[in-house]
Amino acid sequence: MFAASTSGVSGTNSGQGVYNYWLVVILMMTGLYLVLSRANMVKTVIGLNLFQAGVILFYVCMGRVDGGTAPIIAKGSEWAYSNPLPHVLMLTAIVVGVATTALALSLVVRINEDYGTIEEDIINEKEVAS
Amino acid sequence: MQTQLPALQIIVPMVAGPIIVLLRHRLFAWFASTAVSVFTLLASISILDHVRTQGAIDYYLGGWPQHVGITYKIDVVNAFMLVLLSAITFVVMLFARQSVQKEISEDKHHLFYAALLLCFTGLMGICITGDAFNVFVFLEISSLSAYALIGMGSSPKAPLAAFRYLVMGTIGGTFILMGLGFLLMATGTLNMAELVKLIPPVADTTMIRAGFAFIAIGSAIKLALFPLHMWLPDCYTYAPSVVSSFLSATATKVSYYVLVRAVFVLFGAALFEQTVRMEAAFFPMAMLAIFVGSIKAIGQLNIKRLLAYSSVAQIGYMVLGLSFGNQDGLTGGIIHLFNHALMKGGLFLVLGCVAYQISSKDSGWQVTIDDMKGLGKRMPLTAFAFVLGGLSMIGVPLTAGFVSKWYLALGALKAGMWWVVPLILLASLLAVLYIWKVVEAAYFQEPPEGAECKDAPWGLLVPTYLLIGASFYFGIFTDPMLSSAREAADLLLTAGGVK
Repeated sequence: MFAASTSGVSGTNSGQGVYNYWLVVILMMTGLYLVLSRANMVKTVIGLNLFQAGVILFYVCMGRVDGGTAPIIAKGSEWAYSNPLPHVLMLTAIVVGVATTALALSLVVRINEDYGTIEEDIINEKEVAS
Repeated sequence: MQTQLPALQIIVPMVAGPIIVLLRHRLFAWFASTAVSVFTLLASISILDHVRTQGAIDYYLGGWPQHVGITYKIDVVNAFMLVLLSAITFVVMLFARQSVQKEISEDKHHLFYAALLLCFTGLMGICITGDAFNVFVFLEISSLSAYALIGMGSSPKAPLAAFRYLVMGTIGGTFILMGLGFLLMATGTLNMAELVKLIPPVADTTMIRAGFAFIAIGSAIKLALFPLHMWLPDCYTYAPSVVSSFLSATATKVSYYVLVRAVFVLFGAALFEQTVRMEAAFFPMAMLAIFVGSIKAIGQLNIKRLLAYSSVAQIGYMVLGLSFGNQDGLTGGIIHLFNHALMKGGLFLVLGCVAYQISSKDSGWQVTIDDMKGLGKRMPLTAFAFVLGGLSMIGVPLTAGFVSKWYLALGALKAGMWWVVPLILLASLLAVLYIWKVVEAAYFQEPPEGAECKDAPWGLLVPTYLLIGASFYFGIFTDPMLSSAREAADLLLTAGGVK
């Protein structure tokens, strides 16, 4: 089903290499690093978004076929087209990402109301003190 | 009607949620949720009956064939999970009416029940579906509503716990998504039945190994397997009592189911043919979970947190069963899943009763060891329920907890790891310590002066005793549970070609 499955990655034949997958890795790791290193909760949420965006790009790369066009089949057409399945799956993942972000930010708003700050280290200090 | 039950199981709670939000009526919300849980319970029992007498059900959503559309594939394992989930939800709903009335402000009741139903939908969906991507979608439905439910706790720490869980949970969910991406790349399908056939030929590739690693770690985060359990204690402590009970009895169990499916069925044969036994990688984490969880539980003064750490330990037992990779071990893991759902759900309901009578909104409905003092005199029936649940947690003979530990020990012996058996025994002794601590406060210490002597209302006690009683019932009449679990373990091991 996938041209990519034999060679491992798409785009190898045309000499493009696998740089798009390296970009995915860099994006994901940047996101994960932000999540782990930042005490500011909004920055944590941004990190999560980057992390998810990395995976979304990963799926989008996966569906690519060399020289493929939009997956619209007309009668008698024989051109190659990109695999639409991973792209469609990502619509769901994007919706999930939006919902997660909205929920996370609303929780941050409530935390800000309760603690008066969104810095995790200050909150931790307050908890130790109380 | 009968043939459409698999879809209705998911659709009815999913549609009921938004309707409850739109109608904004407090009592209707409770009534509708309970009615939905009764419906799903009856439906899942009928499905289990059908599966056991006439074999697995294949349900094609919208009539699309397997390689195009989403299929629901229900075998004994799924059906078993569906019955467990809907039964727990039914009992929790019974408990919820009075408890929620007290713990959650009235203008939020309809939202609370809607979120509870959506969480339930997601968990049922994970168990019923035969499509790997669908698992991710339902996982996120259940997780998102779980974050919202935890955030509804009245302590200011509740949204903080929910936020931390959200961060961990999203990373876990995204890991699973990444793993599924690798599987899709390697095989070109996301249908589990087809994946089982298509993975073995390409099993010896980095892509499949990476896919397994991502899925295993993702579900381990959701499962709160040590050392990825950090989110769990805060969430269970600060969530409303009903939510603690519901999540502890269902959410982690479903993650365990996902892990077991992935290890034994999806990757099954491919994993077990490796020179290094990959399933055994879970063994050290399971052992550490059991000991760290139990020891941490002993030190807690807040009883809800104590039970939460005890959950970490019990999750360790379940994963221990998996890590032996043989039928007895897996049977033990599945029985423990079932038992732990009953007893931990029951124990959290007991704390819900105590919180209802003794705690106040200022403390965020927490129950501390001081609150438990003299509980045997103040609330005799509630205190007795805790003792019964605690006995099952320890694994005393005639309780369901004994059966699962027995099978875990058998699994250890079959795997040639006899030295694990005394360790299981030692860990049970640690459980004695933390349960005894509470029992001692309840029965051997005097209640504070001027304390009222009034038991929890029947509306709370009956559901509590339903769960606690069930864990005794299945400890004495072990056959229905045991035969289901053995059948499930057998099916899991053969479906993936492990055996």
